[in-house]
Amino acid sequence: MIEWSVITDSLPQYASGLWLTAQLTVLSLAAGLMVAIPLAVVRISPRRAVSGPVWVFTYFFRGTPMLVQLLLIYYGLGQFEWVQAQWQAENAFWLIFREPYGCALVTFSLNTCAYTTEILAGALRTTPHGEIEAAQACGMSRFTMLRRILIPGALRRALPAYSNEAIFMLHGTAIASTVTLMDLTGAARNAYSQHFAPFEAFIFAGLLYLTLTFALVGLFRLAERRWLAHLQPRKAIKGHTA
Amino acid sequence: MLHGYAPSLLDGAWLTFQVAVLSLVLALVLGLAGASAKLSKLRVLRAPAVLYTTIVRGIPDLVMMLLVFYGGQMLINMATDALEWDYIDVNPFVAGVATLGFIFGAYFTETFRGAFLAVPAGQLEAGAAYGMSRRQIFSRILFPQMLRHALPGLGNNWQVMQKSTALVSIIGLSDITWLADQAGRSTHQPFLFYAVVCAFYLAMTALSSVVFNHLERRYSVGVRRSAA
Repeated sequence: MIEWSVITDSLPQYASGLWLTAQLTVLSLAAGLMVAIPLAVVRISPRRAVSGPVWVFTYFFRGTPMLVQLLLIYYGLGQFEWVQAQWQAENAFWLIFREPYGCALVTFSLNTCAYTTEILAGALRTTPHGEIEAAQACGMSRFTMLRRILIPGALRRALPAYSNEAIFMLHGTAIASTVTLMDLTGAARNAYSQHFAPFEAFIFAGLLYLTLTFALVGLFRLAERRWLAHLQPRKAIKGHTA
Repeated sequence: MLHGYAPSLLDGAWLTFQVAVLSLVLALVLGLAGASAKLSKLRVLRAPAVLYTTIVRGIPDLVMMLLVFYGGQMLINMATDALEWDYIDVNPFVAGVATLGFIFGAYFTETFRGAFLAVPAGQLEAGAAYGMSRRQIFSRILFPQMLRHALPGLGNNWQVMQKSTALVSIIGLSDITWLADQAGRSTHQPFLFYAVVCAFYLAMTALSSVVFNHLERRYSVGVRRSAA
């Protein structure tokens, strides 16, 4: 029943699609996380005027579908004559928004950045009071305290929630295929339209996504074992009987 | 207003809302069934439920939707050919609701499972000691308490789900995103129309969080809040 040729014929497309999916996921997660760390610090400011703009940013990106965000940036920006003029002038920054790859990368990065900002802000807010008091008692400046105490602790505590976000991002990149990118889903849609074999084309892509998901889960489990070791259930130490 | 596209966008918004609510109902049913299966003592019930939640949560919703839409069409074609019936088109509305319900049923399964486990066993034993039947224990003790624990998770799932409804535009359902796409192409103002779609989704998610906050307060009556 299974038409193996559908898969074997399109194997090169699947391979390059897998690579593009991995690229989009890793690059946007990395960019999003880098921007999210300072934004989270701003987000927890007690002053509304400071934290407000960050709230607007995260509210917009968390309240609208990523597909619509991508379409807004990819098809929408071309509406403005000013942007078109920048494209004419070969402005390197604005040229990013003419290519589907650049648009997808920017959209995904901004989207994951919004979610990560809120995750980190939540983790920063739950910093134990004692840690802050101890840092102050040691005479740390506010910046030193952020760098040595608040941010490292928040990053640790955010790890379980962040692993979910990373998996959502991996799955979210599937919509890159709607702006003509040949990611894993794009390769599957291509294989489907060539052979009209939906089961082979999409189930194979699904299995590859499943593998990537398990790989991410495993990676985060290792990360938790490394950075959240103090929260792991205690194991009996060899040679010592309780 | 909006170059005369306002009524059409409104129709699309109504369709998107219907897709969201109907798939929520389906996902709730599947979630309760899945959680009961996962908590069952019988392995034949547990194993498929574990397989369901693992596979569905490991695959992008778009891939699943394309599989159900195109794969479903192929299955129906084979069936109609075998039975010598007329050709039946897979309705993108049905395919969209079925896929979203099926996907989020897996997430709801996990939410409900955790919530059922959070109800203290002593309370169920106390119910049994009062001579309540299993049905009474379920409807008077387990379900209302479970709901309180489940609501925050359900609220999160629902927020994600509403945004996933935009994907039905890819399988050709004329929801708000699809209609905005068409309007943007013919008026050469895609930014304007996508911005309207964003506003619609923001309004829907904001309204949902108001409703869920209200529900959470209602189901947490008598629970002391920790001083945060």
